[in-house]
Amino acid sequence: MTDSRGAVCGDGAFPSGTLAFAGLSDVSISEDIPVEGDISVPVGSQNVDDVFSTLDEPVKDTILRDLRAVGKKFIHVMYPKQSSALLRDWDLWGPLLLCVTLALMLQGGSADSKEDGGPQFAEVFVIIWFGSVIITLNSKLLGGTISFFQSLCVLGYCILPLTVAMVVCRLVLLGFTGTISFIIRLIVVTASFSWSVFASTAFLADSQPANRKALVVYPIFLFYFVIGWMVLTFSPSQ
Amino acid sequence: QRRERKMSASEGNKNTEPWGGFDDNLIQGTGSAVIDMENMDDTSGSSFEDMGEMHQRMKEEEEVTAEAAATEEDNGNDGEFLGMKGLKGQLGRQVADEVWQAGKRQASKAFNLYANIDILRPYFDVEPVQVRNRLIESMIPIRMINFPQKIAGELYGPLMLVFTLVAILLHGMKTSGTVIREGTLMGTAIGTCFGYWLGVSSFIYFLAYLCNAQITMLQMLSLLGYGLFSHCLILFITYNVHFHSLFYILWLVIGGLSTLRMVAVLISRTVGQTPRLILCGTIAALHMLFLLYLHFAYHKIIEGILDTLEGPNAPPIQRVARDLPSIVNVVNATVKSLAAAAMNSQ
Repeated sequence: MTDSRGAVCGDGAFPSGTLAFAGLSDVSISEDIPVEGDISVPVGSQNVDDVFSTLDEPVKDTILRDLRAVGKKFIHVMYPKQSSALLRDWDLWGPLLLCVTLALMLQGGSADSKEDGGPQFAEVFVIIWFGSVIITLNSKLLGGTISFFQSLCVLGYCILPLTVAMVVCRLVLLGFTGTISFIIRLIVVTASFSWSVFASTAFLADSQPANRKALVVYPIFLFYFVIGWMVLTFSPSQ
Repeated sequence: QRRERKMSASEGNKNTEPWGGFDDNLIQGTGSAVIDMENMDDTSGSSFEDMGEMHQRMKEEEEVTAEAAATEEDNGNDGEFLGMKGLKGQLGRQVADEVWQAGKRQASKAFNLYANIDILRPYFDVEPVQVRNRLIESMIPIRMINFPQKIAGELYGPLMLVFTLVAILLHGMKTSGTVIREGTLMGTAIGTCFGYWLGVSSFIYFLAYLCNAQITMLQMLSLLGYGLFSHCLILFITYNVHFHSLFYILWLVIGGLSTLRMVAVLISRTVGQTPRLILCGTIAALHMLFLLYLHFAYHKIIEGILDTLEGPNAPPIQRVARDLPSIVNVVNATVKSLAAAAMNSQ
């Protein structure tokens, strides 16, 4: 019971605990024992909630606002000036969107030829998420000062150039064949690959110790290289 | 476990102090539930060593209370009153239970996350220059067998080399059109590389233990991991330039150098002829054969099998022509023609 008191007093925002404790105090606490402690109820939050209340707005507004936030981050990735917007309010919707889009587009190549070892949806998905997790853990182990999900968010958003490259590649494959198409795709994928690496390092480099940047960048380079290579070698089955 | 327990114990003691006064009041209470709580406080006040035990006791007492409440209710008039008390006590216990669970969860979570990262952090404490030097040194055997050679106990380099090898293997599998049924290329590549690194390290460590060599598991992992640098290098070249003699030359020279490096280190840390022979023979054979396997398994032999299958009967495995092999062929052809020109000029 001692524990419950300590916890409730220390943390006023524990609703069921507070309630239950009120009942308990009626039972056991008499008047002559002074009960001390702080239950801090944030008074200002009521007003803030009123201003930003999203309960009575149309669903369309909510979705559009979220999409706009995701779109704004896309712009940050495409134009990576030293901004902390990606780090400050991270989300995983954008990465999920990009990852699913990329995986679906890569999937089309091997949909009807089961013998081909083309990238499966699950494979792409796993590469992207596990790759990001490994890079994040690596940067943590090297002494980086970035939270786990911030890093995941940045790495996920920085797939955007490669997803764009994938779209371009599919369009190119519709129009051209042979060496010309390969050269065009090689240029596009190389450009977007370097863009991805550049953008992600621009966001992540600040959180790393200065002398170890190369060690953190190498796995990022490898990660985007594998994805870029998958985009490059993609060929739709006839 | 122990640390967590200690933590909770100290926390409990801290919180118990202001609660000491409650005991007297609690004793005055009449309801069974209140007395239960008083007992509980006694436990926590005196020792508070084992939260689990306390929890167990709490549960038992809860059962007893419930029974008592039930019988009391049957008895008649004041049954209702005691039932209320029982309810309140139950509520209190529920809170205690909840808080205990939450505390335990939080403590174990925090412990797992931070302690594990902190435990691993020393192994990743390197500078880029150090990594570069170690990569280069991994292919320079040192002829010093009288004194134990130094091995850096570090895991960043080996881990990154293994991931690089995975990427290179994926590339090799794709360009050779390897087909793996009931599995993905990715899984196979990761399994092969990590399996080799961890498996062979453990095996050699076991052998080293039998042969009385002075080497730790960490050093073994680091040694073998850096040894994979030559594999990465050779496979990256030979998956792109399909040239048999080039592979054999690289296999003998670069692979041989990195193997010699490992052998020299192991020799310097082992005493006696037979243990040295066993240990070094094993690691040399495994290391060189693994490179051969990686080169041919995802490259030539598969193609050979496919060729034979395509001959007599209808091919069961369709290989979709990719664009990359064509480029590879171009590179290949140029290299071949260059070699031919060189031969002619001689």
